[in-house]
Amino acid sequence: MGHSGDNENGERGSIGRRGLLKCMGWTGTGVLWTIAGGVPSAIGLDQAMAAGMPATKAFTFMQISDSHIGFMKPANPDSRVTYREAIGKIKALPQRPDFMIHTGDISQLSKPEEFDDADQIVRESGLNTFYVPGEHDVLDDDNGKLYLERYGKGSKGAGWYSFDHNGVHFVALINVLSLKAGGAGSFGPEQLAWLKDDLAGRSASQPVVVYTHVPMWLISQDWGWGTDDAAEALGYLARFGSVTVLNGHIHQIMQKVEGNVAFYTANSTAFPQPAPGTAPSPGPMKVPEDRLRSVLGIRKVDFIKTGTPLAITNTALSA
Amino acid sequence: MRLPLAAALSAAAVLTVALPLAGVAMAAQATAPAASGPTVKIDNFVFGPATLTVKVGTTVTWVNNDDIPHTVVANDHVTFKSKVLDTDQSFSFTFTKPGEYPYFCSLHPHMTGKVVVQA
Repeated sequence: MGHSGDNENGERGSIGRRGLLKCMGWTGTGVLWTIAGGVPSAIGLDQAMAAGMPATKAFTFMQISDSHIGFMKPANPDSRVTYREAIGKIKALPQRPDFMIHTGDISQLSKPEEFDDADQIVRESGLNTFYVPGEHDVLDDDNGKLYLERYGKGSKGAGWYSFDHNGVHFVALINVLSLKAGGAGSFGPEQLAWLKDDLAGRSASQPVVVYTHVPMWLISQDWGWGTDDAAEALGYLARFGSVTVLNGHIHQIMQKVEGNVAFYTANSTAFPQPAPGTAPSPGPMKVPEDRLRSVLGIRKVDFIKTGTPLAITNTALSA
Repeated sequence: MRLPLAAALSAAAVLTVALPLAGVAMAAQATAPAASGPTVKIDNFVFGPATLTVKVGTTVTWVNNDDIPHTVVANDHVTFKSKVLDTDQSFSFTFTKPGEYPYFCSLHPHMTGKVVVQA
């Protein structure tokens, strides 16, 4: 399952088995997206800085994930440091992204001071940032009220929302609340009803980007890396010509293309987690200190015109 | 309306920090690991033992040995429900009625366990 080296400068072409396995070995963190009304692609931040943005882009945005501010364990003694480094990479981009999406686990334990630290670091980017909560962000006594007060302005229900930007429809979903014993992530009927409503009447040619914390495709049953009622959500999305699903949670990069839907998991800025089946548990993976920044990082993704294969590269913080 | 609520939540968090073992709010819960009762260890995202059989009146203590926080929540979400347990934190509950008590971690719901309480 291991992979090294040969994808540092990008992977092009349809994602076959070989491509997927390679992706599973990738590490990195931020994702910069460019949208030109079609299939998305990703390129590493460093590559973007060197090569400039593709001419086809209409706009770009970043994805960051799993900052786990407050995490101070052997796998990363201070997650604030690496988070700030990731934001530094984003600030150094020659072209300013329109906004940033954080796909959850902002904090380690939902403490106000952790959210404070996270917000302070993100503010250094100068970018408007959209959030969805991870399970670590809803640990307060009121099951996420603290998150909602801070990040949920204008959202519906427990914090889901959607917005349009340059013709692209963005949908933020929450799958870390009201989880059931023995299950995995869950959207719940109220949110799914809202999603159905939200998508109704939209043109099937409008590109849709869905982002949520836990993967919407089953990556590991044993580790709960999936969303139990994702099939219903994907049913509502099936008629759209271009659907991109972004998530975090598993602290490693994987991707999958199914019909018109492209799924991407992002890396953490805090610590890596093992690939499924390679460790007794999905707990934080301790790597030698001089290797930590090679398994954290940022990623940049572009939407390329319809019919163009995906192009994805991830860049480590150490790059 | 926003400010007092935020202040209250901050105060609660400070209390949790100051008294990590007192972070269990229910009356039936012990505030420190029971010295004599059985312990369920949380290691590598697994409750061990997965099934624990005890006599009525026994206090069971769960200890989180992982680098990731976990919770201990009865499947009915009512009978017992810990606050989040960070590394080395524990939660105790005294079982006063016979029966089977399935539970799980509400953060990682694939983690499940069961306490069987005998008369």
